[in-house]
Amino acid sequence: MAGGIATALGAKSIRGNQRINNATTESPWVRRLIIGTGLFYFTIFLLLPLGAVFVEAFRKGVDAYLAALVEPDAMSAIKLTLITALVSVPLNLVFGVSAAWAITKFNFPGKRFLITLIDLPFSVSPVIAGLIFVLVFGAQGWFGSWFLDNDIKIIFAVPGILLATIFVTFPFVARELIPLMEAQGKEEEEAAIVLGARGWQVFRYVTLPNILWGVIYGVVLCNARAMGEFGAVSVVSGHIRGETNSLPLHVEILYNEYNFAAAFAVASLLAVLALLTLLIKTYVEWKAAQVNAQHKED
Amino acid sequence: MGIEVKNINKLFGEFKALDDVSLNFPTGKLVALLGPSGCGKTTLLRIIAGLESADSGQVILEGQDASNSHVRERQVGFVFQHYALFKHMTVFENVAFGLRVKPRRERPGEAQIKEKVLNLLKLVQLDWLADRFPSQLSGGQRQRIALARALAVEPKVLLLDEPFGALDAKVRKELRRWLRRLHDEIHVTSIFVTHDQEEALEVADEVVLMNQGHVEQVGTPDEVYDRPATPFVYSFLGSVNLFHGRVEGDVVHVGPHQLEHGGSSVANGSSVVAFARPHELSISKSPDAKGVHAVIERVLKFGATARVELIGVDINDHKKQQNYEVELTRAEVAGLNVKEGEHVILVPKRLSVFEHEEEVA
Repeated sequence: MAGGIATALGAKSIRGNQRINNATTESPWVRRLIIGTGLFYFTIFLLLPLGAVFVEAFRKGVDAYLAALVEPDAMSAIKLTLITALVSVPLNLVFGVSAAWAITKFNFPGKRFLITLIDLPFSVSPVIAGLIFVLVFGAQGWFGSWFLDNDIKIIFAVPGILLATIFVTFPFVARELIPLMEAQGKEEEEAAIVLGARGWQVFRYVTLPNILWGVIYGVVLCNARAMGEFGAVSVVSGHIRGETNSLPLHVEILYNEYNFAAAFAVASLLAVLALLTLLIKTYVEWKAAQVNAQHKED
Repeated sequence: MGIEVKNINKLFGEFKALDDVSLNFPTGKLVALLGPSGCGKTTLLRIIAGLESADSGQVILEGQDASNSHVRERQVGFVFQHYALFKHMTVFENVAFGLRVKPRRERPGEAQIKEKVLNLLKLVQLDWLADRFPSQLSGGQRQRIALARALAVEPKVLLLDEPFGALDAKVRKELRRWLRRLHDEIHVTSIFVTHDQEEALEVADEVVLMNQGHVEQVGTPDEVYDRPATPFVYSFLGSVNLFHGRVEGDVVHVGPHQLEHGGSSVANGSSVVAFARPHELSISKSPDAKGVHAVIERVLKFGATARVELIGVDINDHKKQQNYEVELTRAEVAGLNVKEGEHVILVPKRLSVFEHEEEVA
């Protein structure tokens, strides 16, 4: 669908700023057809649903909208979602940066295997991911009885939600950084070491500034997924109202209770989050492209 | 003492990058490691720096065994082919980096750092670029900054890996003269790696020729050029004419022809390769001259000297066409009055004979 926007904007700027080069452009009605198709899909699949969320959210008025958000169960869902993001994003940040650093700056046996392993959460369905944790940590699971004996609750409690979310968002930062750092090579790091820099100095003053935008990009994507994850969290959560309901789960419950206005009100929060993510993502991409273009001249 | 390497071996998987290499780099000299790509010269340089470790052997810096010491402790300066400047730092900060990362006890004060960096930038004649970023500089300027950065930590040894490799021909030529002058000024023991024989001969005090992981010859530029020790050195340094034949007494038989050589240690009757540089051949038109018969293909008369390209005739033991090249003064060419297509005889003024071991390119 993004293709639709790009086509539309692209066509506009051609008409506005440049003379059309007949040798490389299609005839007008072909262009109109392609742009039209793009816009049609864009409207049906993106704009309409997004609009519907907000329209439905405000159907019963602003008061009802706000009431749905400050209601205790909703507040607790917001809190849980924020906690999940606050825990899983920093953990994945640390993991992702160290994994990418290890993989790209050093040679060791099993490197390819490690990269494949990092990708695992992308290829496993989130529901399966949730089930894995139920099987391992649940009451009937491998370590279930030990946890029961020691009075530790993981499944159907916050730790389970954290585990599932970390699993699902595991690859985001590492996946973003590995190609970037691979392309940058190790010459600058080697130069720094020869000049006498210690390991952390090399990282802090040479590596980190070079990958900063990639890190931010990875964090933004990771955060969006951590807050929006439904499948894996749904399996391990147990849907205990006010305790283990995250925002997406809360939306589902409200919807199943035919409380549409409230469901859409909460959903609109997630939609705003998604739009914000997109905005930051676009800015970061633009910024990174700028930095890259500057470095390309080297 | 300078730098010494002893019995260095290095394998990359099955590939033998360095095969029992021992060398001595004298203090204060500028030495070139010269050889074709893949000959192990860069690997040797990286082993000296400590960026790569040898499978066996020793690196001795200033009389001390440095084989097991960390890169940081070796006090070497390293200049990379692609500069490896820190992109997000200004030129000033790049040069200051080595001083700023020193442990607190050894770190100079801000004023001292500033003075030192500006002095170094003056030394490389780029003090007016201190506030720029690397992306705003030309290739030649970047390499000079990289050099200033390496010198900032006062290295005992300066190592340069193909320092001019990424620059265009004109800048490269300027920069190597500049490097030579700079070295005369600072006298840091320096080793630079290059695959460009002209660069090595022009800049270095001493040239180390490497091929397939071992050292072929070490000597001053004049020595290696005038008295190549091996066929490889002969063909690698400058253009050369090859004659395959058999030695008998003081002549080399090349097919039905004979070439006189000035004496060699090669046993009578053995199969040999004889070498003569283009300026060591003369062209004779008299039919009884002793030499190899050839037909003139082209006469190129631009520049200070003229070049004549010829094709060998009557040499049946070699299926492929034998090409020769002779360098003459313009006056000689005019005097000879050679024409394209003419049949002449090539007479060597000097001929070096080596036992035939392998096919030399």
